[in-house]
Amino acid sequence: MNPRRKKRLLITSALVVGLSLSVGLVLFALQQNIDLFYTPSEIINGKNETGVKPVIGQRLRIGGMVLNGSVKRDPESLQVSFDLIDNGGGIVTVYFDGILPDLFREGQGIVAQGELLTATEINAFEVLAKHDEEYMPPEVAKALEGMDHLKKNKK
Amino acid sequence: MLAEIGQFTLAIACMFALLQTVYPLYGIYARQQNAIESAKMLTILQFVFVSLSFVILSYLFLANDFTVTYIATNSNSALPWYYRLSAVWGAHEGSLLLWVLLLALWSCAVAVMSKRLPVESIARVLAVLGLLSVGFYLFVLLTSNPFLRTLPYFPVDGRDLNPLLQDIGLILHPPMLYMGYVGFSVAFAFAIAALMEGRLDSAWAKWSRPWTMAAWVFLTIGIALGSWWAYYELGWGGWWFWDPVENASFMPWIAGTALIHSLAVSEKRGVFKSWTVLLAISAFSLSLLGTFLVRSGILVSVHAFASDPERGLFILAFLILVIGGSLLLYAVQASKVKSRGRYRLFSRETMLLSNNILLIAALIVVLLGTLLPLVHKEIGLGSISIGEPFFNSMFSILVVPFALFLGVAPFVRWKRQSINELFKPLLHSLIIATVITLLFLYSFASHFTWLALMGVFLGFWVLSCTCYELYLRATHRFSLLKGLTKLGYSHWAMSVGHAGFAVMIIGITMTQNYSIERDVKLHIGESIRFEHYDFHFDAVEALQGKNYTGSVGVFTIKKDGQYVTTMKPEKRIYTVQRMPMTEAAIDAGVTRDLYIAMGEMLPDGGWAVRIYYKPFIRWIWFGPLMMGFAGILMMLDRRYRVKKVDEEEA
Repeated sequence: MNPRRKKRLLITSALVVGLSLSVGLVLFALQQNIDLFYTPSEIINGKNETGVKPVIGQRLRIGGMVLNGSVKRDPESLQVSFDLIDNGGGIVTVYFDGILPDLFREGQGIVAQGELLTATEINAFEVLAKHDEEYMPPEVAKALEGMDHLKKNKK
Repeated sequence: MLAEIGQFTLAIACMFALLQTVYPLYGIYARQQNAIESAKMLTILQFVFVSLSFVILSYLFLANDFTVTYIATNSNSALPWYYRLSAVWGAHEGSLLLWVLLLALWSCAVAVMSKRLPVESIARVLAVLGLLSVGFYLFVLLTSNPFLRTLPYFPVDGRDLNPLLQDIGLILHPPMLYMGYVGFSVAFAFAIAALMEGRLDSAWAKWSRPWTMAAWVFLTIGIALGSWWAYYELGWGGWWFWDPVENASFMPWIAGTALIHSLAVSEKRGVFKSWTVLLAISAFSLSLLGTFLVRSGILVSVHAFASDPERGLFILAFLILVIGGSLLLYAVQASKVKSRGRYRLFSRETMLLSNNILLIAALIVVLLGTLLPLVHKEIGLGSISIGEPFFNSMFSILVVPFALFLGVAPFVRWKRQSINELFKPLLHSLIIATVITLLFLYSFASHFTWLALMGVFLGFWVLSCTCYELYLRATHRFSLLKGLTKLGYSHWAMSVGHAGFAVMIIGITMTQNYSIERDVKLHIGESIRFEHYDFHFDAVEALQGKNYTGSVGVFTIKKDGQYVTTMKPEKRIYTVQRMPMTEAAIDAGVTRDLYIAMGEMLPDGGWAVRIYYKPFIRWIWFGPLMMGFAGILMMLDRRYRVKKVDEEEA
């Protein structure tokens, strides 16, 4: 091999190694930070698409409707817990320590992000309600499709 | 009647845009000077008619004409006049009208201000801009017409503007951001015109540089405004959420930043030209992609007003046409571009190349994090979201080499640089930066973290390198003061811009590492204390606004027993939409912000209250302001100004 080719080969292989290393690192970082979306029924029965159940300790997002009468507050602190339900009938309890969003109400669709504590309990670090009367996350809208409560609310 | 006229003038503007594309190109093809020169006139006419249309819509908003669907859904007679005006771009249809208006404005500016350019080049640039305009006019007219009527049954009053958007930040944020987005179309048009002509030289880079810079300045300010708005209006005190819609505006910004640096090399040294063209195409394509993501409704957030698959499909088709077409042209023509300049491994050129590589890496990170959830969902693997930690950790890694190089680069000469020469200035800067970092952390940091040390050091490293370089340059031939006045505007632009970046890095580091966020339950009369501050909850008062009611909390703030201020966070209920809103109270300062937001009233009479201490958060927005100012300085540089003086003489 002549020296020029050798140099080119070196540069190219260095580039390839560097590139694949960084892509690998990015993908690894990505893997750690992907939060799958579940509905309450999917947490109990496994995801519709793949049938995979979440593992305890996993970070995830959950969306569903706040069950009427299920909001319980701790009298001393901002600890609150409530149940989420969807059209599959599964019920999951969410614990949250903090200020609930303005539009959080019983009987409304919400999204929470958190960690699975037990098979049907989630410790949330973030609770999102819809931005206004019109808006509902599409995932939640799908999960609640056909439920009585929603029909009543439709204009 | 007026609404119909508005729609009609819009259609006329579309026709002029079409002519602006076809006629000059025909002129170039058939060698008819008249046709070539008509481009400017047609552009101006197009602008006049689209402005007319925009003015009519604004007037209809001011006049509370609720027979127009768009106005009925987004305005209300109780709204103050300035919000009625800003409601014009408060939702999908109007914001697209704003988009085409701004596109016409930029085209018009190019037509009027580029007298020095060859007529044919200008005609080509305007033709490309016209084609883009036609696409957007068709989009507005066919899928999102703001002038549609609700007749015969129109409402007595409107449904009101989303309360989140009733704010000064939102009057300014969209026009600024759009000026930036749309402004990249000029850089894009220059690049495409140059490719069509097969002529890419330093003159081309020189022409497109101030335009690109102008667009970048608007985008920078627009993004900063959006971030500031999110901070005080959303009520959680965050300043950046890596929300897909934010990312959609951030991606063109990164590409634009790479572009202005690469353009500098192309202008001064005549190298990197095909790379610069590719960046110009990417910056605008990313603006279009951003529009597609936001407007098609595949993303859901504050920004996604309406989801309509037809609109999404239209933009997608347009996107494919524009990006595919321009990349095809690039593939055919770019090989003809020859770079003549030569440079060594250690030179300013290489430094700027590494700047570009790192920016592109950052761009890929954002692109991946934004598009992956969409792809994941479309291929049937279920919905996912990508957490903030992904972006945060990737950017914390990328910023290290970026800031280190940024400090060194201004010292490095074009073509080649001996390493020995750099040893002294870099060592001095390193010592200064280290000392300042330690002093800074000692005075302002409550505890030590490695991340904070790194971030603050990087900021001061860039700052001290920048100042040291200014000093060296100024004292090269003159005394310091005289030397400083002798420096060109573009040199100042570089220094101020880099310093702005450093300020932002310091702000981000301090805010991310030393913020204190407390969600607490307080009864009236109780208080809470941290970071030497004492927050005392005095009272709750009733609130009556023009189109809302609510309650105000009154807090007295003391620092070490000394009275500081009284803060009044509000909880509003907007009467028309029955929508609750949190208006945070903020006590702003150079070294810290205090932030109080009211949560809800709890059953036992206490209130949930959110109290934040945010050190140096203002710096996060002050940095981008400096960068924007730097961009303006660059546009004022002599080599662009002299051109104008010549024009006047000619």
